[in-house]
Amino acid sequence: MTLEAIAQRVDARGLSCPLPIVRTAIAIKPLASGALVEVLATDPGSTKDFVAWAKTTGNELVESTVEEGVYRFLLRRK
Amino acid sequence: MTTTMTPETKLPTELVDGLDDPSPEVEAALEGAAKTKELLIICESGDLEKTWATTILASTAAASGMNVSIFFTFWGFFPLVRPEVRVTGENWMQKMMSIMNRPGVDHLKLSRMNFMGMGPWMMKKLAKKYGVAEPGELLQMAQAMGVKFLPCQMSMDMMGFKREDLIDGLEEPVGAASVLEMIASGTPALFI
Repeated sequence: MTLEAIAQRVDARGLSCPLPIVRTAIAIKPLASGALVEVLATDPGSTKDFVAWAKTTGNELVESTVEEGVYRFLLRRK
Repeated sequence: MTTTMTPETKLPTELVDGLDDPSPEVEAALEGAAKTKELLIICESGDLEKTWATTILASTAAASGMNVSIFFTFWGFFPLVRPEVRVTGENWMQKMMSIMNRPGVDHLKLSRMNFMGMGPWMMKKLAKKYGVAEPGELLQMAQAMGVKFLPCQMSMDMMGFKREDLIDGLEEPVGAASVLEMIASGTPALFI
């Protein structure tokens, strides 16, 4: 768990591909470099998709966890 | 003569030489080459499921920081027509085409199991249940994220679409040469 403040939260629970990624991309864009974004999702494919998306965009995937069917991703703006 | 690859088969040394230890310059070049930042999608079919694929890939590519263009051509041109426009075209043949193939992104047909519209109806019901955005929503999202929509001039002329029949925010209509120029300069293209 990180103690830094989360600048933006994205609730993508119940949404399928590509909405968790698209919503996250829209949410992270206006933030300052280094800002943290927390994403909640229920799409099982999102675990791999967020790794791939972080690789393509250069944003950092700080944490990827799952609890009771809810995936939580913590991303740091490039 | 046929050659089979066995574990003993060795590649010629001149091909293998240097591969174990590429220089930092070579590594940097390969790294850069692997990361394309452009994508062109040629939207041709106008089928519901393929237009879905087009809009999912375009919006996700834009979300991944890529510069995306979609070239709308032939049957794939029909999704660009405004929702409230029912009949397009100037002569009876063009009008007939739009009557039999209803334009607009909300009226696309499945290439199989269409069942007079039952298929798309069920598909959209399933999409809603599973949180999947419809092609129309994804198209708007893609446009909002800066995806360029390139209408095909030839399709526009031949099918009699007028500029006022079409949604806002389109680029100037272009032809095959413009699309090929993008491909020739290295932009990967998908024909959907």
